[in-house]
Amino acid sequence: MSHSKEVGIVGYGVYIPRFRIKVEEIARIWGQPGEVVSKALGVEEKSIPDMDEDTITISVEAARNALKMAEILPDDIEAVYVGSESHPYAVKPTATIVSEAIGAAPITTAADLEFACKAGTAGVQMCMGLVKSKSINAGLAIGADCSQGRPGDALEYTASAGACALVIGNHNLIASIDHTESFTTDTPDFWRREGATYPSHGGRFTGEPAYFKHVTRAAENIMYNTNTTPDDYEYVVFHEPNSKFPLATAKKLGFSKEKVMPSLAVKWIGNTYSASSMIGLAATLDVAKAGDKILMISYGSGSGSDAFTITVREGIAERRKNIPTVQDYIDNKQYLDYSFYTKHRGKIKM
Amino acid sequence: MEKIAIVGVGNTKIGEWYENSLRGLTDIAITKALESANIEPKEIESSFIGSMSPGIFNQQEHISALIGPHSGVGAPALRVESACASGSQAMRVAMMAINAGYYDTALVVGVEKMTDLIDIGDVTTALGTASDGEWELGVGATFPALFALMMRAHMHKYGSTLEEFASVAVKNHDNGSLNPDAQFRKKVSMETVMNSRIIADPIRLFDCSPVSDGAAAIILTKESLAKKYTDDPVYITGTGAGTDHIALHQRPDITTMESAKRAVKTAFDMAKIKIKDVDFIEVHDCFTIAEVITLEDVGFCKKGQGGKFSLDGETALNSTISVNPSGGLKAKGHPVGATGIYQVIEVFHQLRNEAGKRQVKKNDIGVTHNIGGSGATCVVNVFSRGD
Repeated sequence: MSHSKEVGIVGYGVYIPRFRIKVEEIARIWGQPGEVVSKALGVEEKSIPDMDEDTITISVEAARNALKMAEILPDDIEAVYVGSESHPYAVKPTATIVSEAIGAAPITTAADLEFACKAGTAGVQMCMGLVKSKSINAGLAIGADCSQGRPGDALEYTASAGACALVIGNHNLIASIDHTESFTTDTPDFWRREGATYPSHGGRFTGEPAYFKHVTRAAENIMYNTNTTPDDYEYVVFHEPNSKFPLATAKKLGFSKEKVMPSLAVKWIGNTYSASSMIGLAATLDVAKAGDKILMISYGSGSGSDAFTITVREGIAERRKNIPTVQDYIDNKQYLDYSFYTKHRGKIKM
Repeated sequence: MEKIAIVGVGNTKIGEWYENSLRGLTDIAITKALESANIEPKEIESSFIGSMSPGIFNQQEHISALIGPHSGVGAPALRVESACASGSQAMRVAMMAINAGYYDTALVVGVEKMTDLIDIGDVTTALGTASDGEWELGVGATFPALFALMMRAHMHKYGSTLEEFASVAVKNHDNGSLNPDAQFRKKVSMETVMNSRIIADPIRLFDCSPVSDGAAAIILTKESLAKKYTDDPVYITGTGAGTDHIALHQRPDITTMESAKRAVKTAFDMAKIKIKDVDFIEVHDCFTIAEVITLEDVGFCKKGQGGKFSLDGETALNSTISVNPSGGLKAKGHPVGATGIYQVIEVFHQLRNEAGKRQVKKNDIGVTHNIGGSGATCVVNVFSRGD
C-alpha cells in the first residue's frame, strides 16, 4: 500500500526490430514516385519485424528495458497492460505471456487493451489510476504493434513495428506525470473488422476531422486546465503516423519545430501504431534534462487522444545509461527488399 | 419571350464538409439565396434541383422532396440530372417553366456531397456512371482515363505540350487563391503541376479537379418582377445546350466537343452577341484538357492553339479574356451537380462588381460553360446587367 501522492514514470524502454524497408522501395513496386511519397509523408523507411517476432515478443523486449531502467524487481510490478491493435490472439491475452516472460506473474493484474494507436497511453492512465488510488505501487503500461498495411494501400508506406514500455509508479521517478485527461468521440476514420486481415480507413477523412481535431482539442484542453501555454514546455510529443501530421499540429498550436523534432522517430522507423507516441516520448526523454516539461498527446482512431503533462526529474541521466536509446535502435538496421518484406510479414500465402 | 432575371444567390464554401450533410449544405445555400433576394420562402413557386448522383454518393434519391421543405420552401420541386451539367440544366428547366407561364419565381439549387463515400475508388466509379456504362466504365475506363485519351489525341494532332496544359492549372490556382469560397486557395508552380504523380498518362494529379462537397442556390424571376427583389438583377440573355454521343468512340473527333459548339451558337445567337463581346467566362475545367478544348470550341483561339493561348497568359485575370476568374473547377472545387450553379453565381458577382480581389475589369457580358460526362452534354449561358 502506497502512501505517496505522486505518480510518474519510474522507467521506460523501447524495442524496434532491426529490419527496414525504404518507402522508395515500396513505391517502386506500386509504380509511384518514391521520392515524392517519401517527402510528402516525411518518412524515409519503416521497421519490419523478423519472422519470429510479434507483438508479444517485442513487448517483452521493451518491458525488460523498462525494468532495467526503473531498477525495479519484476515481482514488484502489480499490473501489466498491453495496448495493441495486433495482438497475436483474438482470444488469449498478450499481457499474460508478457507477465510470465518478464517474471511479474502471478501476483499481478493483467489485461490487453485495444484503441487503435492509443491503447498504450490508455494503459498508462489505468496504471496511474491504480497508483494514485494506492491500490498498487508500480504497474507496466506497454504500447506495441506489428501493424498491418494492405499491399498497395497508402498505409503500407508507414505501418511498422515497435514497442514501448513505461513503468508507472509512485517513487524513484525519472519524470512525474502531473496531469492527464482525454478527448474522445465516435469518429469512424480507421477500423478492422473481426476476421479481416488488414484495416480499412476513410482516406482523407483520417486527417482533419479525426487526427487533427482530437489531437488539437486534447492539447488545447489540457493547456487550459493546467493554465499553461506552449512557452511552458521544452518539448511536445504527438502521435506520429508520419512527420507531416505532428509538425502541422505543433505549428497550429504554437510550438516551435525544435520542440517536436526530437520526438520524430517516425522518419526512420515508420508508424509503430500503439507504440508511436510512446516511442516519441522515449526519444524525447533520451535527450531531456531535469526540470524540462513535456506535453504529450496520443491519438487512436475511432477516435480519441490522451494528453499528459510531464516534468523530468533528477537522476534521469544516470538511469538512462542502463538501456539502449531510441537512436541506438534506429541506427541498428538491416535493409530488406520488397520480396523479403512480404516473407517477413507473412504476405505470401501458401 | 421575357428575359429571366437572377435576383438572389447563395452558396456554401466548397470543400470537404465532413460535419454537414446533403440537406444541411443546401439549407445554408437556400437560406443565403432567400436572404440575398429578400424574398419570403412562400413566394417561391417552384424548385429545381440539379444533382448528379446523390443515390450513389449519399444513398439518397428523391432529393427534390428532401431539400425544399427542410429549408422552408414548400413549392413543387423537381430534380434534374445531366451528370456534371445537372446544375445548369436545372436552371434551363426553371427558365422554361417561367417562360411557359407556369410560374413567376423559381428556386434553382445545385448540390453534390461527394465525400460521404469512404473509398476514393467508389467516388471514381460513381462519377464513371456518367460515361457509357457498357462501353466505357464497364470495361474499366474512368473519367481520368477518358480525358487522358482526349489529351493524348490533342497532343498528337496539334503538338500541344504538358507545359501548356499545366499552365491552365497554374492560372486557375492563381485565381482560386483570391476566392474565399474556393476549396484550394493556394498558388502552385509549373514544376508542382508537371511533377505531380501520374493519374492516367498524360494526366497528372494537378491536371484534375478535386472531389468536393458544396451547394449553391439562385432565385429566378421574370424581368418584369425583378426590381421588386433587387436593384441590380442579372439577366440571362442567352442559353443553349448541346447533346452528343455519350461514348468517345462514337464521336468523329475527340479533340473537340460538338455539344459545346452547338450550345455556344444557340446561346450567342439568342443573346445577339459575338465572341469578341464576351468579357469573361467560367468554363468547365474538370481536367486541364477540357479548358484547352473549350478555349478552341468557344472560339477564343484557333483549333489546336488552346494550350499555347493559355501558356501565353491570354486567359489570365484581366488579360485578353479572363477565363475562370473564380479559380475554375480545378481550384474552386467541383461538387459535380452544383458546379453549373456555382459558375452562374460567380458571373452574378462579377457583373455586380462584388468579386473582391478577383474582380474582372471588363464586366459587361459574362458566359458560363458547363459540360456533362466527357462532353456529351454542354450548357452555355450568357449574362448581363440590365443597364
